Amino acid sequence: MTNQPPAGKREERVVMDAGDIARALTRIAHEILERNKGIKDLALVGIRTGGVHLAHRLVRRIHEIEGTQIPIGELDITLYRDDLSLRKDQPILRRTSVPFKISDLKVVLVDDVLFTGRTIRAAMDGLIDLGRPAEIQLAVLVDRGHRQLPIKANYIGKNIPTSREEAIHVSLEENGEEDRVVILKA
Amino acid sequence: MGLKRKDLLSLTVLSADDIMLILDTADSFKEVSGREIKKVPALRGKTVVNLFFEPSTRTRTSFELAAKRLSADVINFSPSSSSVVKGETLLDTARNIEAMQADIIVLRHSSAGAAETLARGVKSSVINAGDGWHEHPTQALLDLYTIRGRGMGFAGLRVAIVGDVAHSRVARSNIFALTKLGAEVRVVGPPTMMPLHIDQLGVRVYHNLDEALRGVHVIMMLRLQLERQGRALFPTIREYAWQFGLTSERVKLAEPGAIVMHPGPINRGVEIAPDVADSISSVILDQVANGVAVRMGILYLMSGTG
Amino acid sequence: MAILIQGGHVIDPGRFNGVADVLIQDGKILAIGPTLAAPADATVIRAVGQLVVPGFVDLHVHFREPGFEYKETIQSGTAAAVAGGFTSVCAMPNTNPVNDNQSITEFMIDRARAAGNAHLYPIGAITKGSEGKELAEIGDLRRAGCVAISDDGRPVMNSLVMRRAMEYARAFDVPVVDHCEDLHLSEGGCMNEGLVSTELGLPGIPSAAEDVMVARNVSLAELTGARLHLAHISTAGSVRMVREAKSRGLKVTAEACPHHFTLTEELTRGYNTHAKMNPPLRTWQDVQAIKEGLRDGTIDVIATDHAPHATQEKQQEFTEAPFGIVGLETALSLTLALVEEGVLTIESAVEKLATAPAKAFSLDAGTLAVGAPADVAIVDPHAQWEVDPSRFRSKSRNTPFAGWKVKGRVTTTIVAGRVVFELEQPGRQA
Repeated sequence: MTNQPPAGKREERVVMDAGDIARALTRIAHEILERNKGIKDLALVGIRTGGVHLAHRLVRRIHEIEGTQIPIGELDITLYRDDLSLRKDQPILRRTSVPFKISDLKVVLVDDVLFTGRTIRAAMDGLIDLGRPAEIQLAVLVDRGHRQLPIKANYIGKNIPTSREEAIHVSLEENGEEDRVVILKA
Repeated sequence: MGLKRKDLLSLTVLSADDIMLILDTADSFKEVSGREIKKVPALRGKTVVNLFFEPSTRTRTSFELAAKRLSADVINFSPSSSSVVKGETLLDTARNIEAMQADIIVLRHSSAGAAETLARGVKSSVINAGDGWHEHPTQALLDLYTIRGRGMGFAGLRVAIVGDVAHSRVARSNIFALTKLGAEVRVVGPPTMMPLHIDQLGVRVYHNLDEALRGVHVIMMLRLQLERQGRALFPTIREYAWQFGLTSERVKLAEPGAIVMHPGPINRGVEIAPDVADSISSVILDQVANGVAVRMGILYLMSGTG
Repeated sequence: MAILIQGGHVIDPGRFNGVADVLIQDGKILAIGPTLAAPADATVIRAVGQLVVPGFVDLHVHFREPGFEYKETIQSGTAAAVAGGFTSVCAMPNTNPVNDNQSITEFMIDRARAAGNAHLYPIGAITKGSEGKELAEIGDLRRAGCVAISDDGRPVMNSLVMRRAMEYARAFDVPVVDHCEDLHLSEGGCMNEGLVSTELGLPGIPSAAEDVMVARNVSLAELTGARLHLAHISTAGSVRMVREAKSRGLKVTAEACPHHFTLTEELTRGYNTHAKMNPPLRTWQDVQAIKEGLRDGTIDVIATDHAPHATQEKQQEFTEAPFGIVGLETALSLTLALVEEGVLTIESAVEKLATAPAKAFSLDAGTLAVGAPADVAIVDPHAQWEVDPSRFRSKSRNTPFAGWKVKGRVTTTIVAGRVVFELEQPGRQA
């Protein structure tokens, strides 16, 4: 819901390069630890597909800092989308995999771009169906504005003001691309 | 993406990719079925009607559970012959149901082709939950899902389907799907239970169970309709059982690690010996559990507005 | 009252084949010849470029009256007949009550007379109530006007009863018509048994269900010396056995239906109830055998097995829907397709539709001989049209040929010297 794949000849502008992304994630990792006073009862859940790789990177950084691996899960929010009953064709499901009990944990949802807030709404519903976390927090690489729901991120890599017509694309090494964030003009 | 079809009537029209999409989708719902709260809101506001003209508690329950776990509203409608107004056709009944704004109709009917007849006449999606001797697509899909769940691939897989193939919709659906996916399918039973020209569907016909079981990875037993005794298909249940009943001795003829399947309900001691039904090679209860996940997947994929 | 049909291509099989005028007076054929003079009061019908042939004779129709008037009546059935060029039709006895007695026979004849379309010749039941047990009063049926006897769709399974029927019928020189189906072999079946029934999961009717009864009937005909007429044969085996029986000089005639020489079991795919008839549509090989039988004379007669059913009946599930299709208004075009294909000559096509059936049941019909009843069909063999069941004269619409683009159409039908049907042609001046 938040980003679109780059289209052929659309004009693009790089707003974060590999170094920017690395520094932003390192900062977020520190903020998470600071806010939660360490790793006790902490877990990360990446939202498929954009948030999963970022969640893994954050877990690695936290491991580098704290020397401990915290639990990580992957959440597919498709079944919780609010536009599901309107679609002609149902989107392909990816498996949700949260291999630990989330009840009473402080769960940080991780996504690449925060836009209307609808994905995060769906993710929170999905998460709560898995158990009752003590707290849900939100980390995103990019906040591009245009919220349609009262949702706010706790950790933001970068605020990037956009117009509604523009698209934001986050490309990552894990997908065989170079790390960067670009704005695609309408 | 998606199945791009209004109805699921037969596996003959699904491509191998379609079948794999359904199995992959079922994976997601298997995960849901393992949760404490086994419910997702995907079909919120949708209405699923189980229209069962033939009694079948297990298939209806499986569909009902699947629909409810997807948050759909479920109506069970089981017109017994006495309560159907005389002269009201299947189509009339279905149009009445459609007028209640059913999004999906799950049909079980004793007449082959009933689902197709229905699908032509209504705008709702129709899922065939068994039509006469014709097909039982969701049963075959859950069988495939169970096979795959045991780590088996389909290409080159050797499957023996044992029993009354002529009168079995489960056999037909499995034959259509398994041959499409590249499996070697053997059908086994007395010649009276083999439909004409079955070999032209790409299967090998056996009349000797021991021979047929050699080297198979999957043994799929069909339920023997006991009421067919005396209709000249086989002389006695006793003779049938010793010729075509699956015993633990016979299971040993198959590949090591072969699995035993049965669509249920089983006739213990007739087509399957009790110790086989309860053995570790038996995946009969997995089939039941997987049935809900596969049907959730199908309902999800069929629930587009398209 | 006279009618002069001018300039048509007159075909009276075995008697005449060429361009001529036909003069009709007082219900009889008065003369055939080049440029006949029309009497002063004569209606003149210009038939240049058209075929002028004896009105067709259908040995096998179901008109549903009495008992099932919602499907067809004798009025609507005979109207459909003349629209298809049929001037004589033989109505099967599976009405309710069954036509196993004189009063039903007389009722049917009266109804047809009142309708004033085609001649109707009832076929009486072989056994009381067509129950296959006791013989019906065959002599009485004959006297009342039945031209043959048959239990049609409920064939006599008991071979002794069939033997007695054949023996008894000899006394009245009445043909015994059998729908050849071993009801045990076909039990529950609703389409041809073969690869398609295997794929569709539908209970099948094997060819053998027909073949074993053809074999039995031929043997009994040989034993009894009866006139045996085999209704709607559909299998290669039947054709073979009839051919063999004829070569031995037995008094056996056979009919085939247009759907059995036009369609195969493949049409059943999709559970199309308009492909459900009995005998069922068979395989391509069977269709070829039927055509060969028509070509070499093994099959004498083309009959429709016109079997009207209401729309809601055919909308049922395939296994529940009744057997049968209407055929009177499409038979000619489908037969002419065989001429186009080279299976039949135009003359042999007319023979199988008119002359041969009249002969098989000894009807005073099927010829344009001087003095014969003036039952005539005028056919435009080139007229292209699309089959539109909503325009049928029949009360029922159950045909698999809806939407087919076919060739050859009846433009005028004359029964006993009276024009009973004229095709409405857009653009033609009245």
